[in-house]
Amino acid sequence: MANPKRRHSKARTASRRAHDYLTARSLSECPNCHEQKLPHRACPKCGYYKGREVLAIKEKE
Amino acid sequence: MRHLKAGKKLGRNTSHRRALLRNLVTSLILDERIQTTEPKAKAMRPHVEKMITLGKRGDVAARRLAASYLMTRAAVDKLFDTVAPRMGDRNGGYLRIIRTGWRKGDGAEKAFVELIGSEKAIAEKQHKRAEARAKRREEAKKAMEEAEAQAAPEASPEPESKGESKGDKE
Repeated sequence: MANPKRRHSKARTASRRAHDYLTARSLSECPNCHEQKLPHRACPKCGYYKGREVLAIKEKE
Repeated sequence: MRHLKAGKKLGRNTSHRRALLRNLVTSLILDERIQTTEPKAKAMRPHVEKMITLGKRGDVAARRLAASYLMTRAAVDKLFDTVAPRMGDRNGGYLRIIRTGWRKGDGAEKAFVELIGSEKAIAEKQHKRAEARAKRREEAKKAMEEAEAQAAPEASPEPESKGESKGDKE
C-alpha cells in the first residue's frame, strides 16, 4: 500500500486550506420594502415580487 | 447514456412521474396557482403548455386528447372554456414561476406556479381566504370571551369569601 513518506507540516496544511472558504450570498434590495432579499425570489419580508403581492405574510400579534 | 433525453426524473419511476405531472397540471388548471418545489415547477411547464395548446385548438379531438391526460372532467372544461381563450395570441410562456425560498424540513426550494392572466382570480381567492380567516378568528375570540364570562361568575364568589384572610393569588 502506498503510504506517505513524510509528515505534512502545519504550514503546508494551512496553505492548502487557504482557498477553502465560503462566499457570501449576493443580495438585492426589495423595491417595495427596501429590505435586503435574495435576487430572483419573492421578498420574504413583504411578500412582493415584481410590483405585486405574491404571498401574504402573517402579521405577528 | 442520458444524451438528448430531455426532462428530469424527479426520483420517480415512469408511472409515478407521469401521475405526479398529471396531478400537478390538473391542479394548476383548476386552481390557477399552486405551490410546489422549483424542480417540479420546471418539469411541469412543457406539459401545461401542451395542454393549453390543445385548448387553443378547441376541436373535439383536442378535447379528447386533453381529457386523456388531465385527471378530471372539470379541468378539461376549464381549460377549453376559460384558460385557453385567455391566452389569446401568446405563443407559449403561459406560466410564471416565482421562487419563494427554501422549505425548512429538507431545504427544497419552493415556488409558486401561476397561469399568466390569472392575477385577478388569484387576488380574489386570497381575499376570500383572508376574509374567512378573519371570520374564524373573530368567532374564536367570541367563544373564548363567552367561556371566560361563564367561568368568571362561578369562580369569583369563592375567592372573595376566603380571599381576605389568605390573600388573592389570581
